Amino acid sequence: MTSNEQPVLEVNDLTVAYRIGDRWLEAIRDINLAIQSRQIYGLVGESGSGKTTLAMSILNYLGENGKILKGSIVFDGEEISRYPREKMRAYWGSKIALVPQNPLSSLNPTLTVGEQVREVLRLHLKMTNIEAQQKVLELFERVRLAEPERVARAYPHQISGGMQQRVMIAMALATSPRLLILDEPTTSLDVTTQASILDLIKELIQGREMAVLYVTHNLGVVVELCHRVAVLYAGELVEDAPLEELFSQPMHPYTHGLLMSVPKLGQSKSEQALSAIPGQIPALSQRGQGCIFQARCPIALEICSERPPLEKVNEQHLTRCYRWQEIAQGEIALEALFEAEGEAMSMAVPISSEKGTASALDAQGIVVEFEGQRSFFESITRRPARKVKAVKNVSIQIQPGDTLGLVGESGSGKTSLARAISGLNEPEAGSIRIYGLPASPKLSQRNREVLRRLQMVFQNPEEALNPFMTVGESLRRQLFVLQGIRGEEAQRKAEEMVQAVQLPVEVLNRRPNQLSGGEKQRIAIARAFITNPDIVIADEPVSSLDVSVQAAILNLINRLQGSFHNGLLFISHDLAVVGYLADQIAVIYLGALMQLCRAADLFQPPFHPYTEALLSAVPSVELGRKVEAIRLEGDLPSPSETIEGCPFHSRCPRKIGQICEQQAPPWRIDESTQKRIYCHYTLEELSQLQSKTRYSGL
Amino acid sequence: MLKYLLRRFGFLILTLLITSMVVFVVTQLLPGDVARVILGREAGEAALQALREELGLNDPLPVQYTRWLTNFVKGEWGKSYSTKTEIRPLVMGRLRNSLMLAGFILVISVPLAIFLGVVAGLNENKPIDNAISIASLAVVGLPEFVTGLVLIQIFSFRLRLFPANSSIRPTTSFVEALPMLILPALTATLVLLAYIARLTRAGVIEELKQQYVRTADLKGLPYRTVIYKHVLRNALIPTITVVAISMGWLISGLIVIENVFNYPGLGRLMVFAIDRRDLPLLQAVTMVAVLGFALSNLIADILYAILDPRIRLG
Repeated sequence: MTSNEQPVLEVNDLTVAYRIGDRWLEAIRDINLAIQSRQIYGLVGESGSGKTTLAMSILNYLGENGKILKGSIVFDGEEISRYPREKMRAYWGSKIALVPQNPLSSLNPTLTVGEQVREVLRLHLKMTNIEAQQKVLELFERVRLAEPERVARAYPHQISGGMQQRVMIAMALATSPRLLILDEPTTSLDVTTQASILDLIKELIQGREMAVLYVTHNLGVVVELCHRVAVLYAGELVEDAPLEELFSQPMHPYTHGLLMSVPKLGQSKSEQALSAIPGQIPALSQRGQGCIFQARCPIALEICSERPPLEKVNEQHLTRCYRWQEIAQGEIALEALFEAEGEAMSMAVPISSEKGTASALDAQGIVVEFEGQRSFFESITRRPARKVKAVKNVSIQIQPGDTLGLVGESGSGKTSLARAISGLNEPEAGSIRIYGLPASPKLSQRNREVLRRLQMVFQNPEEALNPFMTVGESLRRQLFVLQGIRGEEAQRKAEEMVQAVQLPVEVLNRRPNQLSGGEKQRIAIARAFITNPDIVIADEPVSSLDVSVQAAILNLINRLQGSFHNGLLFISHDLAVVGYLADQIAVIYLGALMQLCRAADLFQPPFHPYTEALLSAVPSVELGRKVEAIRLEGDLPSPSETIEGCPFHSRCPRKIGQICEQQAPPWRIDESTQKRIYCHYTLEELSQLQSKTRYSGL
Repeated sequence: MLKYLLRRFGFLILTLLITSMVVFVVTQLLPGDVARVILGREAGEAALQALREELGLNDPLPVQYTRWLTNFVKGEWGKSYSTKTEIRPLVMGRLRNSLMLAGFILVISVPLAIFLGVVAGLNENKPIDNAISIASLAVVGLPEFVTGLVLIQIFSFRLRLFPANSSIRPTTSFVEALPMLILPALTATLVLLAYIARLTRAGVIEELKQQYVRTADLKGLPYRTVIYKHVLRNALIPTITVVAISMGWLISGLIVIENVFNYPGLGRLMVFAIDRRDLPLLQAVTMVAVLGFALSNLIADILYAILDPRIRLG
């Protein structure tokens, strides 16, 4: 990778604007990038940072409402940014290729995936259809698609998300392009699928005569893959450095905050609060002339109201901060500055005292079933519909003040379990008690007291708040409906609660559409806690939020729970987040619990083989953390299949043999730590097998 | 796919059964005594009673219904009260006329409407789109008897190109009938055109936003291929199924147009049957119309499945 070689892609002073109403607002400003052949260049940014705009500008595929205001895009020595679409078609697909974020919607639903790849080959490589078909099978084999012939004949909806993304990768690499742009290619996939797709990308692109731009919001993915990383914030490049340097010596407060705000595997809330970056990314219309990060920066000075230039830390490392020298010399300890924000808050809400000694939540033997589709024959013969078991006999307990983290991939039944406990879906069987008080499985039969005791925070704050009610109305309504509190007392409580979630009191008069995503989630949390519930169920409360906002919300949930001393069921697909926030952790797969243990023990062997695979799949933001790669074969079995024996046997890398297929495994219990693992192996055997794997204390 | 078809077919049979009951019951509820309608006002009570007995009008309703339905299925539709002739050849002749007209309408309107819709959709909010939208909306606002009369005024009376009266006979061949079909077909086309064109336009606009279109573009495919192979394949699915469904309306619902042009189709036969309290005829015509609707729905479902693999392969 010699730098005197001509780069494949050069972006010079690129500024792109979108038309909003009758104004043109700049989405990215003065971007400079150069990617060499054989280089994998990471472009990191949160939503709203302009990373997709940059990717689309490089492709010269901006919509009609977008235009390049200035700058150039030089591809293989040729300035292409002013080429019309018709001219670009000679480059697209043959010299520049894209692997998009969402493979299902990026494939044509009415054509077989084979034809969608063949069409590229016929067009650019002038192959006949028969040659192209041959080549498709080769390509599919290279991207590790089992049964290439069958896949080639399939329509997109017939194959899994991971397979769809493999098809997209095969399509992009079919013509050996000079420039490959990967736009969040694993974001819509589960961790275990993401891990194998990343392996594949690494294997296929490393060492090829190709420049790669990898766009993502996930810092962990960058570590796995990239040589060099550019950090984009609100449309500006704030830092650009070789991978190792960026992670070991970040020279921009934003990079620093970003790195610090992601919980690392094994990090726990008992050690320290997450460093949260206050505030949120400014909207397109609110970007001033000064340093773009100024409003959220803990070390901003007066001079920062003038835009800092991109300065050279060294030949390879660029940063857009006036104070990088002080950061470099360690005169500014950014860790401390970001944390201080988290501590600066007074708890106006009293600790409730009237809670007994029983478990905050005791759910036993929960079974959730959904009706499968009935065929016409079945419906006329009145045969009962096939049941799809989403949750199979799951029992969990949460003590007051404790957090149970429930981890699982999509389709694992974690949301079904949460909805069953909250009464939103009536469970088929099982009992639910809140402080010993039985809660009816039917929501309509639960009285006000039960409803008050159990509250829920949903994944998507955009849909969780009534758009026609002000925040104050929403909160006061909650108080009135569940506790009969109204008037001044309700107003006072609402004000207290809004302050407890660190928002100004004026927010009470706003409607949800005047709030940002993070603010909405704070309100949703406030609404859940305002009636002092015994148990709060939070279903992926941060997964729709930006990384820099996530940390603040996690800190907030943690703090509120500490002062309300209620039980918390925290559901997430993110092991690091769950590991950080939870006291106990339950791992769920195909509707059945696989492992139950203290959070601190999750990262120590013995593991359930599924837990082991999950841990191994998480891309880590820590440099040089190399663990034995354990990859799961195949896809999650369809929930309507009946699986005998251990639910995980079809994908288990540590499968013993027939016993796993035929007999349900026993719960192996470690008496001293209360770690429980659902496996045919004993804990000692598992420990031995997994002795090489360590995840914490690195 | 087979399961899907069987299911659809099952629904078709069910629909027909239910509507046959409704048709039967409703026609029974119509005021007037059938025997008196047939024999006239001067008939004596004894004669009326004898006729009622002969027609089975004294049997309980379920018996009458079953008898009527089995006869209908066997093709024995009985005699019309008013024309005193066999109903089946009468209805079949009208059905042939209606099918001829409906087919002709489709041949004219569908390609034209789809073309206009696609052009409008590909040029969303540009002048050509606005022109097409305004023109098609203006036309759809006019009732058929107005457009029909205007067309007659222009093409028959001024230009003397086509006849104003389209009363074809059972012996008229298709080629002979052709000039007489043009004006009624044109009138129906104007009604249908705006509807189909707007649906197509909406489909095209919707599909153009989809990410697979971006994928197709970024493969470097020529614009024509992106549009024909990728966009239209998806955008026309709703249009085609709606066209299939509207077949039912074209066969039996063109009452106004048939009246304006004096065209002997099923619609006018139905009006005639109602006028004369001709119950057997009315029942037969209604059942044929229902069958037409049900079949066109079935065809729409089948087309939908053929065009969209997500339905076909579930």
